[in-house]
Amino acid sequence: MKKHGFVVAVAAVLMSIGLAQASERKAITIAAEGASPPWDYIDANGQLVGFDVDVGKDLCARMKMECKFVPQDWDGIIPGLLVKKYDAIISGMSITEKRKKSIAFSIPYAVAPNGIVMRKSIPVPPMDSAAKLDLTEMDAAKQETIAKLKESVTGRTLGVLRSSNSEVVVNELFGDVATVRSYDSQENIQLDIISERIDGGLGDYLTWKQFLDSPEGKDVAFFGPQLDGGPWGPGAGIGLRKEDTDLIAAFDKALRESIADGTLAKLSVKWFGVDIAPRLKN
Amino acid sequence: MDAELLLTSMMTLASGIPLTLILTLASLVIGLVLSVPLAFLRTSGNKYFSLPVLAYTYVFRGTPLLVQLFIIYYGLGQIEFIRSSGLWYVLRDPFWCSLLAFSLNSAAYTTEVFRGGILAVPSGMIDAAQAIGMTPLQQKRKIILPIAFRGVLPSYVNEVIALLKASSLASTVTLLEITGLSRKLVSETFAPYEIFIAAGILYLGLTSIFTSGFRVLETRWLNAPPKQAAPDGIIAKQVVHGS
Repeated sequence: MKKHGFVVAVAAVLMSIGLAQASERKAITIAAEGASPPWDYIDANGQLVGFDVDVGKDLCARMKMECKFVPQDWDGIIPGLLVKKYDAIISGMSITEKRKKSIAFSIPYAVAPNGIVMRKSIPVPPMDSAAKLDLTEMDAAKQETIAKLKESVTGRTLGVLRSSNSEVVVNELFGDVATVRSYDSQENIQLDIISERIDGGLGDYLTWKQFLDSPEGKDVAFFGPQLDGGPWGPGAGIGLRKEDTDLIAAFDKALRESIADGTLAKLSVKWFGVDIAPRLKN
Repeated sequence: MDAELLLTSMMTLASGIPLTLILTLASLVIGLVLSVPLAFLRTSGNKYFSLPVLAYTYVFRGTPLLVQLFIIYYGLGQIEFIRSSGLWYVLRDPFWCSLLAFSLNSAAYTTEVFRGGILAVPSGMIDAAQAIGMTPLQQKRKIILPIAFRGVLPSYVNEVIALLKASSLASTVTLLEITGLSRKLVSETFAPYEIFIAAGILYLGLTSIFTSGFRVLETRWLNAPPKQAAPDGIIAKQVVHGS
């Protein structure tokens, strides 16, 4: 009898949790990688901070939800979402077709380019690093630029973040001529560039910029054009579970508001020094 | 659970087996070669010999292998002096860093394992060896080491298995052994469940091969069949009881 009562009580609690989730969420947990400043990183006090965290806080205020941020290694960040360790990923994650097979995305909240860096001591023919190259539709001129890049990275070792789109791009474009090493964090790539284990890397342009502007990155420079499109898709979005349609709609609505009233642009300037907020269509 | 994905990922991960084996076996051999003289120094009555070895095994057994690997890989890379020295040819490569960390760690554990074996050799046998005029080196080579090694074989097998599993840490410094390949594959498929199970099965297969290999040695050395020369059998039995 006692046992039976316990089972009923447990079932009731489980049902009430299920109902609460289905009706209205009061609190959600958001994951960020925590090792890619200024997007998101752990500060000296052990707190997760950065652009992603500020965006998350702004959106949560708009959705009237309580949000908790947790750090999560990049290579487990999608599996962790799928097994419900947290409810959303705000971590500068590019919206890609491949990821869309597993998870859903909000509308983009940032449109940021990527770039190749190399140590300055490496003899490579100079290239215009202010130029932009969209990998989505390749033409002859773009092919020529890629061929030039390819010549310069031949025989070199490039570091990328494991399971990033940069990893896909670098393998696709230069995999046959350069050695590609995959790291579990951006910080470790930077350490190995400084210590000359690797010659350079490909990754998020703004994260590189922060590194290059720091004393540690003084011997490293951008090489070649800023890259976007192709495997990087339309920009960075908030990763969500496909079945959480209510949450996807809520994030989209909050994001549109934040873009419309300029908050997102303000946060972008605060953290990156430039406005990388997307423009609203229609 | 997707059985097909499990099987195909096992095929992919199998290409990491050679690197896992090379890392494990090379560190074992280096660790073994280092640990024999170290174990004799460790058991020596002279403090100037035994204390430095004690300090070494204390540090390497008392800190996590992952920390040792990070100190060797990321730590030493920060020091300008090391980067400009000839050592950097070796240390800039993640393979050699891993091999160095695993070998030093394995040598520390194996030294302590052998120390136990050496202390367990009955003093009567050493007396007998002295009585027939063996030099100290002959005693070590012909009497102490063989008896000690037989006695500690089961503990040594544990160390071998532990090292095989610890070789997965090489994936943290970008090496693509079984675990490194698994993490790469997970990032491509977002299916950690099937892929890490496949990796687990491969490790289980490797440890089974290692344990059954050593079991053959154990039966040959520890339970010598009765038809073999009698003194050998007696020695073996005494060691078993003594250990």
